[in-house]
Formats: sequence, C-alpha cells, structure tokens
Amino acid sequence: MDFVSQLTLFVLAIFLGVELITKVPPTLHTPLMSGSNAISGITLVGALIAAGSDAGLLINVLGFIAVVLATINVIGGFMVTNRMLAMFKRK
Amino acid sequence: MQISDNWIDIAYLISAVLFVLGIKGLTKPKTAVRGNLLAAAGMGVACVITLLHRDIVTYEIIIAGVIVGGVIGAILAKKVQMTAMPQLVALLNGFGGGASFAVAAAEFFRGGHPDMVGIIATGAAVLIGAVTLTGSLVAFAKLQELIDGKPMGFPGMKVVNAILLIGSVLAIAYLVANPGTPTVFWALAIAAAVLGLLLVLPIGGADMPVVIALLNSYSGLAASAAGFVMGNSALIVTGSLVGASGLILTQIMCKAMNRSLTNVLFGVMAEAGEAMDQDEVYEGKIKSTSAEEVAMVLETAQRVVIVPGFGLAMAQAQHAVRDLADTMEANGTEVEYAIHPVAGRMPGHMNVLLAEAEVPYDKLKDMDTINPTFEQTDVAIVLGANDVTNPLAREDKGSPIYGMPILNVDKARTVVVVKRSLSPGFAGLPNPLFAKDNTLMLFGDGKGAVVDITTALKEG
Repeated sequence: MDFVSQLTLFVLAIFLGVELITKVPPTLHTPLMSGSNAISGITLVGALIAAGSDAGLLINVLGFIAVVLATINVIGGFMVTNRMLAMFKRK
Repeated sequence: MQISDNWIDIAYLISAVLFVLGIKGLTKPKTAVRGNLLAAAGMGVACVITLLHRDIVTYEIIIAGVIVGGVIGAILAKKVQMTAMPQLVALLNGFGGGASFAVAAAEFFRGGHPDMVGIIATGAAVLIGAVTLTGSLVAFAKLQELIDGKPMGFPGMKVVNAILLIGSVLAIAYLVANPGTPTVFWALAIAAAVLGLLLVLPIGGADMPVVIALLNSYSGLAASAAGFVMGNSALIVTGSLVGASGLILTQIMCKAMNRSLTNVLFGVMAEAGEAMDQDEVYEGKIKSTSAEEVAMVLETAQRVVIVPGFGLAMAQAQHAVRDLADTMEANGTEVEYAIHPVAGRMPGHMNVLLAEAEVPYDKLKDMDTINPTFEQTDVAIVLGANDVTNPLAREDKGSPIYGMPILNVDKARTVVVVKRSLSPGFAGLPNPLFAKDNTLMLFGDGKGAVVDITTALKEG
C-alpha cells in the first residue's frame, strides 16, 4: 500500500473516530478506555508475523515480547470490558 | 496454508468494520455488551487470517506468546478491583505502546528495503511506543501508590526533556539517511524510554485522569505508526480510532478540571490567588448535624440528589449508599446521582463503581443534565466530594479554581455534606458551601454515616 493511501486511511479513520467517540455517554467512558486498550491490541497481527517469521533470533524474540504484550491487551481488555458492561446491563 | 495478500486485506477490512460497529455499540448501555463482543470478533478475524500470512513459517513462538499473554490478561481482568481500574488501564496502555515498539523494532532489524516513509514510521512507532510504555508504568506506579503521587522533578528537567525529544527526532533523521545503523536505533529507543519517565514523573496524582487518557491516545497512535511501518491497514485504522478516542477523553477531562493540556503536561498548577483564610470562611457558620436529624429531613423529601466523590469509593461505601437510596425510594422519594466528570480517578470511573453496587445506570446523571434540577431538589447529599461542589469556582474570579465546571449543589433546598473534617480537597481551598445557611455538616466516616442515616430512616 502506498504512503498516500495509508495517510488517507489514517486521516479518515481519525475523523470517524471523533464522530463515533463523541457519542459515547460519560457513563461508559471507563469501558470505552479498556475496550480501546483491547482494540489497540491489534498490534498483535504485526507481532504474529514477527514471531512466526524465519528472519533470525532477534526478530523472533522481539516478536515474542510483542505477542505477549499485545495478547495481554486483547484478552485482558475485552474480558475486563465485558465484566464492566455486564454490570451496566442488569437492571 | 497460504493465501494471497488481497484476501488478508479484505479480512482486515471486515475486522475494521467490526471494530467500528463495536464502538458504535458502546454509545448505549443496552447495546454495549454486544458492541464489545463484535469488537472481539473483529480481533479474532484479524488474528486468524494473519496466521495464514506467507511470512509465518513457525508457530511455536506464537503459541507460547499467546498462552503467556492470555493467562496474564485473563488473570488481570478477573482479579482487578473496580477501584483499581485506572491502574489496569494505565498498565494496558503501556503494554500497547510496548507491543508497537517491539513490532517496529522487529521490522527495523528485518531490514528489507525500507523507504523514507517506512523509516520515519518506524522511528515514530519506536518513539511513541517507548514513551507510552515507560510513561504508563510511572502512571501505574503513582496510582498504585508504589511511588509518591506528588509531582517529582529536578531543576532543568524541561531542558533535558527538550534535548531528549530533539535528539530522538535527529536520530530518526539519521536513520533515514543511514537505515542500517542499530546503535542509533537503540539510542533512539533509550532516549524515548527516558523521555516517557521524565514526562509523567512531574505530573501530580490529581491530574492522573488526564494522563491516562492521553497515554491511551498515544498507545493508539503507536499502533497506527506500526501500521504505517508494515503497510497494514488494520493497524492504521484501529490505531487512529483509539488515538481519537484518547484525545477526546483527554479534552473532556481537561475541561472538567479547568486545566489546559499544556499546564497538565508541564505540571503547572493554577496561580494561587489571594490566600483564603479557612477560619474566616467557616467560623461560626458551620452547622453540625446528626444521622437522626438527616433522616428526618430525608423523610419528607420529594427529591434527593446524591453527589458521590472518590472518597466514597475509597471507603467502599457504594453498597451502603445504594441501601440508603433504596430506603428513600421505598418512602416515595425520587433519588438521582450527580456525577462530575472527575468524580473518580479516570473518565467514567464513578459510574462503574456505582454500577458495581447495582445502582441502575439511568439514575446516574452527568453534570449538564443534573445541574438545572438542583433548584427543584429538596436534599443534596455530598459524599466524599469537595472541590467539584465549591461555589468559588462559579463566583470568585480571583480563585484558582474559577471557571471549573461544578455541581451546583448549593442551589438545593438543603445540602448535607458527609465528611471527616473540614480539610480541603486537592485544590487546597476552603469550600464556602460548608458554611452556607442551607448546609448541614455530618462529620464522620462516609460508610458509617450512610449506614446510620439508613438505620435512622428505617426506624423513623
């Protein structure tokens, strides 16, 4: 993907993010933050490629660290968000 | 099995759509659980399809990493106390930054044929990632009280920070000209890591909600930068969504605390106006009351607003408060909660703490909704909140907190303030609310006082 299309994606996604997030009520701001922690764990896809490549030990070690950290974010983030949101659901 | 890059990109598009729908779900409490599950499904799609990427030739390291990270993540999510949520989010911000840093580093050492954009993006991911990692660890340590929450620093700190930042930018420029120089890369990483420490150390405990929100934004931007490095659309889109989210929350927190972002970042406290004499404000005007007397006032009240602060959560009094509210409601009294944006230690924190105590979320009203209703409120009960109710913010132009949005509890017919003593809050100011004609002070431990009022109300 060339730089300009990457930049286009980046800028449009920021505008989309601003539009979306301003509609989240203050009541849900903490789950929003833990949920966005989980989503930013998307770095995991980059981490998987580094950890599973055959490009040498250093790459694999860095990949392993990245996989661990990103997985903590993904699993921990989604689970704790779910735990909080379940408390809001019950009436 | 290997599949073409096109299919992988289409799968990433699907997961980006699922993330967007997930966040959209978070705009209403009713749809929020489903939203979170949609986002998780998006993550599942992205990860599974990545495993089919042609560069992945071995799975042992991946499996080991996923197991280690998954177990740690699950334990953290299950065990964390709701009062400790800011610490957890701080930690996760840091891990997100660390992961982006490690991914960018791996990409750097893989070599390949990086163009200028690729190197700049790598540099940005390393810089933002490392700052987020160490900055978040400091924020975590402050919130967890592993280190002193007071601002820390040394003379010339800002100069050192400026040198570190300029040095990092120069290092990135050097890498653009000479892509294969590991020493410069590590120098950049170390400079950024130190910068992260020095940026958060001088920020005081009261400003931590802003810092967490800002680091949340950084962790997203770091992921986005890693996406530019790898040419990965999923990372770019998702990272910028998270970056935008953190920025908005940062703005909301700054506004609620009447602080500019630069003042927070550079640890500048508001100019102390003319020193107010606490005795002058309070002397002879404080009316102390008892739980029985409060119960009598509440008995005839049509509408009561409860104003919780973090002191309430520290005393673990949320359940006691809900009992009190239930008792009043059984009496036919309308009860609502007034939530100031900085009532907790991070955006929305107080709402979660009350939801945990099974307070229905539709009774939790934000500042702009509840403020016009105080005039029709018979009793406002202030529990463990102080500065956010201080009328000086509205009335006294010379006050350091002038302009800070507050809850107008003083407009209620009667105000009951439950507090241990007349000690000031974070702002260090006396609160004229306590001395108002319509204010009754109930001195004591928050939880004990609430239980006493409930008991008296049930008996009465």
